[in-house]
Amino acid sequence: MMYVKRILRLMFAWLESGLDRIFTPACNPLYHLGALGFLYYWVVAATGIYLFIFFDTGITEAYDSIESITYEQWYLGGVMRSLHRYASDGMIAMMMIHILREFSLDRYRGARWFTWFTGLPILWMVYAAGISGYWMVWDMLAQYIAIATTEWLDWLPIVGGTIARNFLNPDRLDDRFFTLMVFMHIFVPLFLLFVLWIHLQRVTKPTINPPRLLAGGTLLMLFVLSVLKPAESQAPANLDLVPSRIGLDWFYLPAYPLMDVLGNGAVWGLAALGTFLIAALPWLPPLRRATARAATVDLGNCNGCTRCAADCPYAAIMMGARTDGRPFDRQAVVASELCVGCGICVGSCPTAMPFRRASDLVPGIDLPDLPVRGLRDRIHAAAQELSGDSRIMVFACPHGYVASTPRQPHVAVLTIPCVGMLPPAFLDYVLSRRLADGVMLSGCSEGECHNRYGIRWTIERLARTRDPMLRERVPRERIEVIWAPAVEGWTYRRRMADFALRLGRLANAKTGEHLSDVTK
Amino acid sequence: MAQIFRWSGQAIIYAAMGLWLGYFANQPVYVHLPPDQGLIKLSVVHGAQRKGACRKRTPEELAAMNPNMRTPYDCPRERLPVRIEILLDGEVLYDRSVAATGLAHGGSTRAYERFAVASGQHELVARMVDSARTEGFDFEHAATIDLAPGENFVIDFRAEAGGFLFEDGADSIETPG
Repeated sequence: MMYVKRILRLMFAWLESGLDRIFTPACNPLYHLGALGFLYYWVVAATGIYLFIFFDTGITEAYDSIESITYEQWYLGGVMRSLHRYASDGMIAMMMIHILREFSLDRYRGARWFTWFTGLPILWMVYAAGISGYWMVWDMLAQYIAIATTEWLDWLPIVGGTIARNFLNPDRLDDRFFTLMVFMHIFVPLFLLFVLWIHLQRVTKPTINPPRLLAGGTLLMLFVLSVLKPAESQAPANLDLVPSRIGLDWFYLPAYPLMDVLGNGAVWGLAALGTFLIAALPWLPPLRRATARAATVDLGNCNGCTRCAADCPYAAIMMGARTDGRPFDRQAVVASELCVGCGICVGSCPTAMPFRRASDLVPGIDLPDLPVRGLRDRIHAAAQELSGDSRIMVFACPHGYVASTPRQPHVAVLTIPCVGMLPPAFLDYVLSRRLADGVMLSGCSEGECHNRYGIRWTIERLARTRDPMLRERVPRERIEVIWAPAVEGWTYRRRMADFALRLGRLANAKTGEHLSDVTK
Repeated sequence: MAQIFRWSGQAIIYAAMGLWLGYFANQPVYVHLPPDQGLIKLSVVHGAQRKGACRKRTPEELAAMNPNMRTPYDCPRERLPVRIEILLDGEVLYDRSVAATGLAHGGSTRAYERFAVASGQHELVARMVDSARTEGFDFEHAATIDLAPGENFVIDFRAEAGGFLFEDGADSIETPG
């Protein structure tokens, strides 16, 4: 399992890196899989409403009405039908890649179990909605699916084994069958929307709309595909005949050939096993190292400013009523079961101030595994080992490339859970105390931070558009930020070399100024 | 130059995505039934005889029962398994004893099976035992069938219609036997 995950991670890292160059990190489709899934859903919903207006429920009427939509108004109905089909397939594609990617990133354990777990019913419902849609056409494909599905359901002792008898010959089929299918095909996607809402309950500020450029490109691709290769029905269903050669939709129907090859019992077994494995994955071995402990609040230093609650990407911090009698309205309250220990809240806390001398460095919110006081001690220890004219202190995210770089005498790397954990005051501290000549912040991927908002908040804090802001006195030319995924070693090395050169030039310029002053 | 590279790259990625969606939406074709074969489908839902004989209740037993429950016979719930045998050209295609459904085996017996068979003329025999007999069959029907390629030929069973029904996919001929 671990090897599968590593291979997948490497594969995704390369793909992400390549797509970053083609689409830019902001529009990289791999960073917007969920949002693209939503886009496909809306396309399916909108085109489905249009198709439903012209759809007739009846054994012969269903097929005829769809043929009419496809050919008599090919310019609109036909395109709508094709969009409906291809967007449905796109939804499956996005969903599968999304699942694999989240799995490769280990984003299903700990506080993330809820989002992973609630994705499972979505998977089943999307398939149920899609398969019921194929029944409604009532062509040979629909007939094949209807019979195979009912035989599969009949395999369960509890069902009774008689549903497939409805499809023995044409006389047994009733128009009400289509009414049932229409109900399923509308009700399941509607309910799916509700489950999607639940799925996102523990995600702060979820992105459900892809960037406009990406959305536009995707819609254009769907439209061109629909015009070039319109979706068509197969021959009309005839229960006196057996569908022989079937054009299957392999996104939705790969299980059907398996029913023929392995038998219905085996496919039930595989479906049950797959469902169980996906559902139980957050609690199955191999477990990663012990999950980081949740952030803790120190009421003596918390003034209820709400910045940590606003910045937490996992909705793990709420503002509650004050419990210590101090004259503030609210206090931060951490829901430990939701906290992943990324430390972004620490980076947002204005009391995480390394210059403090009068009192211990205890901020309003802190990580028990890596308190800011400990971080300050690590900075001092690392600074003593630095040498040369361009001493660089790197604060690195463990998911980027820099975490695995070899040691260099002029570079000290301090790994923190996320770059968003570093309060901007620490940059000021390192540079003003001359603990290093430059500071580099190295995160994972620019388009998608491992902890969702670590990079974004860091950029805004440095740009002084988000609290806590980097003080104006801090020399910006001595700060470098680099977002390099684990596979982009060349980017890191180039930027690091450029930064060292820049710091060297700054040192020379300063020496020149100094000499000039002395001469005067 | 970088912009051209980007736009071209995006066009290639979208085209690849379109090809992926467009191709796998109905390709490759799946052969569910080889073109030279037809399908014989057996579907039976039938309540077999009860395992034991019904016993007439005594007047004392009836008097002890609630008025709305006073049925004159006490019949055991459990039904016998049904043995079904299908022969095709003298060869056994299916021979199974199927238990009645339900926890107490008091429901109907259900059998459903598909057989892909080479098209052409065949001698088809369907037999059933739904009683305690050990020799012979309670229902039997034989016919020469002409199975067309891709035809769906149904062996149904309706006791009220006399037993097995052979339903030809071509014109749904029903022959009770």
